Amino acid sequence: MVAIRPRLAWQRTTVRELIEETPRVRSLVLDAPGWQGHSAGQHLDVRLTAEDGYQAERSYSIASAPVEPHVTITVERLDDGEVSPYLTDELHPGDELELRGPIGGWFTWRPTEGGPLLLVAGGSGIVPLMAMIRQKAALRSPVPVRLLYSSRAYEEIIFREELDRLAAEVGELTVEHTLTRSQPEGWSGYNRRIDRAMLEEFTWAAEERPLTFVCGPTPLVESVATLCVEMGYAPERVKTERFGPTGGAV
Amino acid sequence: MSDVSDESLRLDGNAAAGLLAEIFPFEMTSAHTSCAGCGQTRPIGALLLYGGEMGAILRCPHCNCAQLRIVRARGRYVIDMRGVTLMQIETTTQA
Repeated sequence: MVAIRPRLAWQRTTVRELIEETPRVRSLVLDAPGWQGHSAGQHLDVRLTAEDGYQAERSYSIASAPVEPHVTITVERLDDGEVSPYLTDELHPGDELELRGPIGGWFTWRPTEGGPLLLVAGGSGIVPLMAMIRQKAALRSPVPVRLLYSSRAYEEIIFREELDRLAAEVGELTVEHTLTRSQPEGWSGYNRRIDRAMLEEFTWAAEERPLTFVCGPTPLVESVATLCVEMGYAPERVKTERFGPTGGAV
Repeated sequence: MSDVSDESLRLDGNAAAGLLAEIFPFEMTSAHTSCAGCGQTRPIGALLLYGGEMGAILRCPHCNCAQLRIVRARGRYVIDMRGVTLMQIETTTQA
């Protein structure tokens, strides 16, 4: 017999801390006493209830590593969004939030699954991949990880300082940025959308059997996943998470 | 529910994990389905999701067959699984 746990239930959590990541992106560190732990790459659902009883639910990727003491989600403000403007602009420490999770088991990575790992992010698609990088760093996992991260502009790079620091401190972690709209003076990184030449320069050869996670706006995800398969990557080892039309183009 | 398949609206099967966890006690995005359209087997997380407030359609990324249609309305779930010939669920996973 299989022990069956109660269905995914909503739980009340308290906002512990808010971190400005970029002008449009904020991290919410949550006190979630009933949290059962998660795997890097999973998401959770947030539910807001208006005074008239109207409810809106949205999914957000978990940014914190499973070993961290608090659950963190990182939210980008979508100007026409129903939920994200409240989370990024109006929420204060001490406020309560309803959530359920963790959710998902396909787009996840545990260090014991090995690698090498290719992570490709567009914009706020970095969030679930950051949980993987933070988990590797925290556990000092020897699995080699390469991150290729596409942002519109330098000041829109989410987790920029932490990524710089981890790339310098953590063994077998390489981080490369591409800036698609504007580049600061003296920028030596890539300055175009991710293409095959960029992937071939930066990523693993197909013979190394990389495990690939691609997350971001739908056009970026579909283009990168197609290129990876054309390069000879095994399709079942290329995992994707599309943000859909509301994620904004990178 | 109409069979929408607007390419700009599609997500990955991963995004149906919450809806599936409302119904099934197991983590369903790592469950495998065999497609009634083309016979290929892959995890639900790797299917294409077309969704809305009413429910979701999960399509095969290879042949576009609608494998699972799930509608949540008026206090019930209605699940049409005509596009799946076989579903395999790992009992070690929990939603």
